[in-house]
Amino acid sequence: MAKGQGAALDKKKLMADPVMVTTIVLLITFLSLFILYPLAILLVDSFIGDGGGLSFSVFSRIFKIPTFTTAITNTLKVGFMVGIIATAVGLLFAYVEVYVKMNRFAGGLFKVVSMLPVVSPPFVLSLSMIMLFGKAGIITRYLLKIYDNSVYGFWGIVVVQSLTFFPVCYMMFKGLLKNIDPSLEEAARDMGASRFKVFTSVTFPLLLPGIGNAFLVTFIESIADFANPMIIGGNYDTLATTIYLQITGAYDKAGAAAMAVVLLCITLAMFIVQKYVLEARSTATLTGKASRGRMLIEDKSVRIPLTTLCSLGALFVVMMYICVPIGALFPTWGFKFFPLTGKWFKLVFTRYNGFKAFKDSFMLSLIAAPITALLSMIISYLVVKRKFRSKAFIEAVSMLAMAVPGTVLGVGYIRGFSGGLFHTGLLQGLYGTGAILIIVFIIRSLPTGTRSGIAALRQIDKSIEESAYDMGADSFRVFTTVTLPLIKDSFLSGLVTAFVRSITAISAIILLVTPQYLLITVQINEFAEKGSFGLACAFASILILITYGAVLLMNLFIKYFGTSRKFKEAE
Amino acid sequence: MEKIKKGVRLEHISKIYTDPKTKNDFYAVKDTSITIDPGTFVTLLGPSGCGKTTTLRMIAGFESPDEGEIYLGDEPINSLTPNKRDTAMVFQSYALLPHYNIFDNVAYGLKLRKLPKEEIRDRVLKILDLVELTGMETRMTNQLSGGQQQRVALARALVIEPSVLLFDEPLSNLDAKLRVQMRTEIRRIQQEVGITAIYVTHDQSEAMAISDNIIIMDKGVVAQMGTPHQIYYNPVNEFVADFIGEANFLRGTMKGIEGNLAIMELNGQRFKVEYHEGMEEGRQYTAVLRPEASCLSDDKGVSCKVVLSCFMGSYQNYHVMVGDSLVRLEEYNPKNKKIYKVGDQCRLDFDPASVHVLPC
Ligand SMILES: Nc1ncnc2c1ncn2[C@@H]1O[C@H](COP(=O)(O)OP(=O)(O)OP(=O)(O)O)[C@@H](O)[C@H]1O
Ligand SMILES: [Mg+2]
Repeated sequence: MAKGQGAALDKKKLMADPVMVTTIVLLITFLSLFILYPLAILLVDSFIGDGGGLSFSVFSRIFKIPTFTTAITNTLKVGFMVGIIATAVGLLFAYVEVYVKMNRFAGGLFKVVSMLPVVSPPFVLSLSMIMLFGKAGIITRYLLKIYDNSVYGFWGIVVVQSLTFFPVCYMMFKGLLKNIDPSLEEAARDMGASRFKVFTSVTFPLLLPGIGNAFLVTFIESIADFANPMIIGGNYDTLATTIYLQITGAYDKAGAAAMAVVLLCITLAMFIVQKYVLEARSTATLTGKASRGRMLIEDKSVRIPLTTLCSLGALFVVMMYICVPIGALFPTWGFKFFPLTGKWFKLVFTRYNGFKAFKDSFMLSLIAAPITALLSMIISYLVVKRKFRSKAFIEAVSMLAMAVPGTVLGVGYIRGFSGGLFHTGLLQGLYGTGAILIIVFIIRSLPTGTRSGIAALRQIDKSIEESAYDMGADSFRVFTTVTLPLIKDSFLSGLVTAFVRSITAISAIILLVTPQYLLITVQINEFAEKGSFGLACAFASILILITYGAVLLMNLFIKYFGTSRKFKEAE
Repeated sequence: MEKIKKGVRLEHISKIYTDPKTKNDFYAVKDTSITIDPGTFVTLLGPSGCGKTTTLRMIAGFESPDEGEIYLGDEPINSLTPNKRDTAMVFQSYALLPHYNIFDNVAYGLKLRKLPKEEIRDRVLKILDLVELTGMETRMTNQLSGGQQQRVALARALVIEPSVLLFDEPLSNLDAKLRVQMRTEIRRIQQEVGITAIYVTHDQSEAMAISDNIIIMDKGVVAQMGTPHQIYYNPVNEFVADFIGEANFLRGTMKGIEGNLAIMELNGQRFKVEYHEGMEEGRQYTAVLRPEASCLSDDKGVSCKVVLSCFMGSYQNYHVMVGDSLVRLEEYNPKNKKIYKVGDQCRLDFDPASVHVLPC
């Protein structure tokens, strides 16, 4: 038995489709060059590094740097703590939303909480944390009269990251809980189990793989996070910040490369466990839509404490966000609150090149977003609808990008492109240009876009595209006249997500940006570092406004021009 | 539609798949050779998983055969992509393009061929008239009933005037009544256009009703190909006999010849069947007995015992044991006949000419 002829024919058919072949070749080149190559060069650098010749010398050197070994334990400690807290809080929110009858106000709060992380720049919570609870914090100093409170360090990072990442867990658990068939739990109730007992003996065990999944996802996000530890970490360095300082402070590029390899190994290992062990299992146990609506808990003794607790939590998060635009209006944060002033906004545009910063950030993101959205749709189309040899490669590499922390990618780009490809000078022109920033934006948003594209395409019956192909359309026509129109909504939201992610990106970008480009996020980071909270807040407020506007625009667009709803039911 | 009609020829076609669980390769279709004459309506019939869809998809070009060559007319088409093949497929799920209206769905293939606008319009309207959907051009696909969607799918395939029409269980999403109506419709249109059609189904009455030829498939191989008549009356093996209509099997040893009849023996009882060239005395044969071609009587035929007797309105349904073989039969118009009860000993009678014999 040999599949030789079939495989050969498949290949021949593929080759008869030049657009498809070109696309695949370009994609493979792009992914290899901008994801695999920078990571490979990190490995090469850290093993050859200082003396030339293959050795562990760089690794043994960095492991002798005490700040680095401390950073490893710090990172893991923070990741672990944040993983637990964010998972627990996310689960609580999801449980209350799915199981407990809520009033309109609480429901609205929940919606806001689930939306905030989408539009917020990464370090907004760190900023407001310092402004509310720091030495000169409104709450600590003026309400509680504590004069020497320090938010910098371990707990600062943990609180801020937990608040940043728990909405993601919340959304994950909401999906899982909704899929649990209520009759399972009703059966247990019926046999006399208390509500708490039902949760511990039925719901919780069903959720276990999902909990593991949420924990690891948060863990990875936490140890990859650069912005928050940078601003609120103080002397408490994590791997991401240590790597950054190793490059910008100690100018030790080989050392930074080796550190990046260490960080990458940690996230990669977690990612593999998460992706291949837990993700599959967490959905496998809970497939199928719930057959009936769930009886919501109306019992006051359960409802009131849970709803109140969550609403307070949600209000706290909302307050943290509101604090930023308000902070931009105070004359001097922590000392002089009145009268409110627009001077920081004015300064942003007059003294601190605000216009240029917004123009640069906006333009680069605006260029990156459509490319990202289109690329991720093309990748999803190839992965879901076509079969060819290198498909597994394309899928794996674009998912791999999800496990690569921005800082690691940044170091990889510095090492990989500053001296040209393999330090030969080839493609050297790329380094320091806007193009490389755009490419980083694209690579950083590609996995999310691809994932939602794949989910959208899986919903479309394979035979719809096949029928078009059968009628005489080539791959290009099938993609443009059938696939894209059918996933217009997913494409649009991919576009906006890519835009928002790009304009709020910092971790990789901060290592690669040249003075020629002023980026908003880099500005915010700089002013926050210097303690100019008024300016940082003013920049951040405008950034939030832009991202919120983009999301609003997208929703409007989908509402009026969206297609999916119209023919979802068509068979 | 002045076009030279083309037939389809499969020569030693095989398709190998890998079982996703065990990772073992297996033949989904094995060494299949079929010749389909131009202008005929041929049905691929067989139980679930026997490789019908796979065969059809290889003809359409979605799958590539691992062995053998497929010809359209005299042209080998193995290496052609689906969009370059002169075939059009009607899918089980209809696969209409949900973002286009009916007119645009039907016009899709013609637009790809860059025909002038007026010609596209003329041809689409003509085809929509043929499938009786005139006036529905501007509706969206989800504003049609299942049967109407099916007609659009058919119109869309017909309008590009392919050499061969392919159907993959096109009616399985419709209710029973509409299914009967649509199959007649499909047959009418096929004959009007005179196109070659290959039709996949696992519904035997559908196959009998519309085909010029039926191909019975079993576990990836062709078990028999012939007209509905040939397949019903001269099945080549027990599988085919059992799959088409109901069949009872009586195993016996041939004892002698009497004129043009052969004498068989089963548990010491003798019965007669039609003699075929090549039957040998002393060998075992299986007699294929159709339920409608046998009856119970008090004195004629082989002795048997009634184990089930059930009034069904238009017929009386019996199960009887002949030795240790179960025979099911239907006696029509039972009002004027003697009704046997469970436990009765009686005789099973049949016309030797309507019994088909298979070698064991
Ligand atoms: N892509 C595939 N990979 C592996 N095995 C496959 C694949 N497609 C089909 N098969 C297997 O090949 C065999 C034939 O499948 P096929 O779809 O041709 O059956 P069928 O005769 O059309 O059945 P049905 O009447 O249920 O539609 C089945 O055992 C099926 O499981
Ligand atoms: Mg099938």
